Amino acid sequence: MKAVRAYLRSPAGIIGAVLLVAVIAAALSADWLFPRDPMALAGRPLQWPGANPRLPLGTDNLGRDIAGFIFHGARVSLLIGLVASVVAVGIGVLVGAVAGFYGGWVDDLLMRITEAFQTVPNFILLLVLVAVFGSELEVITIAIGLVGWTAPCRLVRAEFLSLRSREFVLAARGLGMRDAQLILGEVLPNALPPVIVYASVTMAIAILLESALAFLGLSDPNVASWGNMIGAGRSVLRTEWYVSAIPGAAILTTVLAFSLVGQGLNDALNPRMQVL
Amino acid sequence: MKRLGGLALRRLAQSLPVLAIILIGLFLLLQLAPGDTVDALMAQMGGGSAEDAARLRTQYGLDAGVAVQLGRYLLRLLTFDLGQSAIYGKPVASVIAERLAVTAMFMSCALAFAFSAGLVLGVLAARRVNGWPDTVISTLGLVFYAIPSFWLGLMLIVLFSVKLAWLPPGGFESIGAGLSGLDRVLDIATHLVLPTLSLALIFLAIYLRLMRASMLEVMNLDFVRTARAKGLSEGHVLWRHVLRNALLPMVTFIGLQFSTMLGGSVVIESVFSLPGLGRLAFESVVQRDLNTLLGIVLVSAVLVIIVNFLVDILYAKLDPRIGANS
Repeated sequence: MKAVRAYLRSPAGIIGAVLLVAVIAAALSADWLFPRDPMALAGRPLQWPGANPRLPLGTDNLGRDIAGFIFHGARVSLLIGLVASVVAVGIGVLVGAVAGFYGGWVDDLLMRITEAFQTVPNFILLLVLVAVFGSELEVITIAIGLVGWTAPCRLVRAEFLSLRSREFVLAARGLGMRDAQLILGEVLPNALPPVIVYASVTMAIAILLESALAFLGLSDPNVASWGNMIGAGRSVLRTEWYVSAIPGAAILTTVLAFSLVGQGLNDALNPRMQVL
Repeated sequence: MKRLGGLALRRLAQSLPVLAIILIGLFLLLQLAPGDTVDALMAQMGGGSAEDAARLRTQYGLDAGVAVQLGRYLLRLLTFDLGQSAIYGKPVASVIAERLAVTAMFMSCALAFAFSAGLVLGVLAARRVNGWPDTVISTLGLVFYAIPSFWLGLMLIVLFSVKLAWLPPGGFESIGAGLSGLDRVLDIATHLVLPTLSLALIFLAIYLRLMRASMLEVMNLDFVRTARAKGLSEGHVLWRHVLRNALLPMVTFIGLQFSTMLGGSVVIESVFSLPGLGRLAFESVVQRDLNTLLGIVLVSAVLVIIVNFLVDILYAKLDPRIGANS
């Protein structure tokens, strides 16, 4: 309860929560408000927003209903963001916890691997994974998680390094707890707050990465992804720029929502840490 | 000097295992890829018999065990042999070398702009913390951070190239204009304005937040109070005492962010048709040219290591405490 009240004191957190609720509402109501297939032809191509009352945001150059596409796209973005973050944070927590808890050569080895992942530019690594494993939605989502685990890993490792020799851990060890119990039951719960804050940043990054892939035409072409429509609108950019502009504004809103929620969580959970 | 030399050697020694892990990882990833070089060749030739395939596999050394192949691959890399590019029909190393200059120039512009603008805005925000300039700048920072760079690029093209016709919508220089000397420099510069803005804005937001936080932290330190107490003007305290110390974390961040920035150049170079490394990476994915793609991964990893190395040396030069012990 204290955390909730602290969260509500942060203006960034409140605006972020409102935006996020709006995006989630769009995702949930997509099937109900726009029951037709968002990828299907809805009318004459390239109708400007407002020109046709039946299609409030107009149609793109493939004749798709932009409003319906935006609503269904919210679902895709949130799903990819969520699953990719779970993958990234999951791997990060696992590797970071083992490295930080055991230290020594285990830590050395795992940290070199982490550095290797950080050294290869994440978008280029993503391209390699797509080139090797294909571009189905599941593959893309896991690949985005695979390129994003290093930051949560470093956070968890730092927390474990500082927590592992605290008295409560030593006491638990003295009681005869096994390593797995110590890691999962004692240290991890105390190391989680900064990771939870960072998860919102991971979501934002995952959504941006997927939209960039879709924009380049390298994501799953059968999914209503916002980046996909921005890419399609590129060929009519000179005259019908709204085709690219509208889905971009949707991405901006969603990413902004996650960043602001992250800031609010940060203010509430660990006021001393600066989220970047 | 001896301090810096020792530090440089230590850092180089640390980056070697990282490079080795990347190489082995890439090689294993390649083993997972469906189809090998011979399959690609056979497809290009329009098919062939199983005997031909077996003969070609022996010729390319693909019949050896994985460990032997890995050893050969590493040996080849030591001589800068990155293999042949399937789409360009040239060695990958020379294809990449042709593209490197454009990316290097583009990255330097974006980095310089993000760093300097982030620095100035961060200082302005920190000077009046919680005042209206701070609120405006911090809000802008949050919005900049959320803008997809490729979308920003498209919108800038709509505004500055299509509507206002001030700047070219893409390309590295005007083709066939036959410019030389200063004219050519200016021509390239006008072509780089929009891509630089698009790529740099998100990093500008990061630098701005970092600089603001770092300034606020340093402003509360004892030596700043001393400087004020001895009667130095506010401007002098800010620029000569606070700024110099607040810059240190910014410098570290150049190294940390360089890899992300290089990744971002893939999309921006594709939006603005810049003939650089990033666009090459995109083309090689579309054309399934894995040799070129892996070459790019390797070259970009080496670039990141070099930049981080330079940043570490710069940092140690700025802060005499680093590397003094141990």
